[in-house]
Amino acid sequence: MSESSVRLNVFKTYKLYVGGKFPRSESGRVYEVSDSKGKWLANAPLSSRKDARDAVVAARKAFGGWAAATAYNRGQILYRIAEMLEGRREQFVREVGDAEGLSKSKAAAVVDAAIDRWVWYAGWTDKIGQIAGGANPVAGPFFNLSTPEPTGVVTVVAPQDSSFLGLVSVIAPVIATGNTVVVIASEKAPLPALSLGEVLATSDLPGGVVNILSGKAAEMGPHLASHQDVNAIDLAGADPALAKELEIAAADNLKRVLRPQPVDDWSADPGTSRMTAFLETKTVWHPTGSLGAGGSSY
Amino acid sequence: MPTTLTAFADVTTSDSALRRFLHGLPGVDAVGLEARAASLGTRSIKTTAKAYAIDLAISMIDLTTLEGADTPGKVRALSAKAVHPDPTDRTTPMTAAVCVYPDMVATAKAALNGADVKVASVATAFPAGRAALPVKLADTRDAVAAGADEIDMVIDRGAFLAGRYLETYELIKAVKEACARPDGSAARLKVIFETGELSTYDNIRRASWIGMLAGADFIKTSTGKVGVNATPANTLLMLEAVRDFKAQTGIQIGVKPAGGIRTTKDAIKFLVLVNETVGEDWLSNTWFRFGASSLLNDLLMQRQKLSTGRYSGPDYVTVD
Repeated sequence: MSESSVRLNVFKTYKLYVGGKFPRSESGRVYEVSDSKGKWLANAPLSSRKDARDAVVAARKAFGGWAAATAYNRGQILYRIAEMLEGRREQFVREVGDAEGLSKSKAAAVVDAAIDRWVWYAGWTDKIGQIAGGANPVAGPFFNLSTPEPTGVVTVVAPQDSSFLGLVSVIAPVIATGNTVVVIASEKAPLPALSLGEVLATSDLPGGVVNILSGKAAEMGPHLASHQDVNAIDLAGADPALAKELEIAAADNLKRVLRPQPVDDWSADPGTSRMTAFLETKTVWHPTGSLGAGGSSY
Repeated sequence: MPTTLTAFADVTTSDSALRRFLHGLPGVDAVGLEARAASLGTRSIKTTAKAYAIDLAISMIDLTTLEGADTPGKVRALSAKAVHPDPTDRTTPMTAAVCVYPDMVATAKAALNGADVKVASVATAFPAGRAALPVKLADTRDAVAAGADEIDMVIDRGAFLAGRYLETYELIKAVKEACARPDGSAARLKVIFETGELSTYDNIRRASWIGMLAGADFIKTSTGKVGVNATPANTLLMLEAVRDFKAQTGIQIGVKPAGGIRTTKDAIKFLVLVNETVGEDWLSNTWFRFGASSLLNDLLMQRQKLSTGRYSGPDYVTVD
């Protein structure tokens, strides 16, 4: 046998994506991830509460810069993510197919929908302000303007079944408006999410804006829900018992909580509700001087 | 000079004698020192031991503001924080001192209103130390007269690096005398070497001995104004110096690492260094201090985490 015909497979070590870096779990733990038929695919990091804590620190650090970036710039970066994903389409089609047991054509449709979802939210970054804010008519000589502001650090429990399109559909609306996110990927199918980290890292997205953890939502969730420096939590992928537990834990510092909502088809038009769920309204009163005879001085 | 120091009386009689003594000190094994400091930094301190370490570290902090932009309001706010670091939890210990510029001593003293928190003042043309001796002494006397309990002086690194050891020694001695109050008591003197500017570990060891021989009550790593501040290695070296000095003279001298210590984890590493190098005698704020400002917030957040079980965040401590 010639030497060249014997080649060892090079397996990929899947790692977390935290603060723009790719660490292993602080705990050193991994768990086995298998495809829909039970065949082993890879080991994924089994994140601990300390990984979650580090992710929140990274997300908090990134928040100021990301929230202050212009909406136009955020849109460019979200579009860039779509561009980068397009270039690695084949990889994601394979990973999504393995994870969800889809045929190649169905997996390709899912990946295309996920790429289009980034483009959809890229378009919304500089338009959500007009929808969720506006000039309010008030009975006095004031301009009264309401503008939406990002809530802060948002924790997301990603959907369990839709490992990629579902994930993109929950994190893209959060970061589009200037929040930063700590996401717990689907427990049984985390590989597309971990690979997405590699795409985000090469898409001009500042480190820490998206932090991706793999492992058990039931283990990390309570620590993130009670974390005093997390401003909101999206329970999309939590089962009813866990969702209830996390909502109670989140009440202590008045986190915004988005309860799990049944989604039959992640490829349907997402609307704006996932963006507006993590926005705060800032209202500014600005004097205009006395009103003229016509009732207006401007 | 205390009688126990007579053994060293002849080393400070002339520049050449002092140089002979300092250059006769054993050389520092840099690799060994750093390895020792790093290995002591790997201890895992958890649960009740961690809670004890956090409270001890809080009680050792010289809460510091040394900015050109310091206002009386900021000094008052800092003083209030020193007395009640965490207003939501009155079991939190007070810090050891507030550390300010000389012109803010009176403000800090008034704001502390008799609480058991010392006022430390930097002096002697801090941080560069580039001023004539009479100016430095006047600076010191001003701070003492304004009510400073402790004086943080800087050595003249220029003189030290040029090899004028006796001049450095005489400076510390003169400032020590300027710390005296009319009633016979004296402000405690901390001597800052600015280890980041001394280039070598051998120099840090020599500077430590000059400081100790000249009557320092504390030796302190740095001003916090240069790139390299307190590190585990240079603090370990200074701890070894005070340990050796006590063994030979019976005189105990404190150590204060300053600058760059920002996290609870770092602070606990330093406490391990203290315990393993000089022992429990030094584990109180009479003999060990942290020169820090942002460290306190991290300690408070960790303290809140331990007492509530929830991770805390910067929204729950003061912005300063």
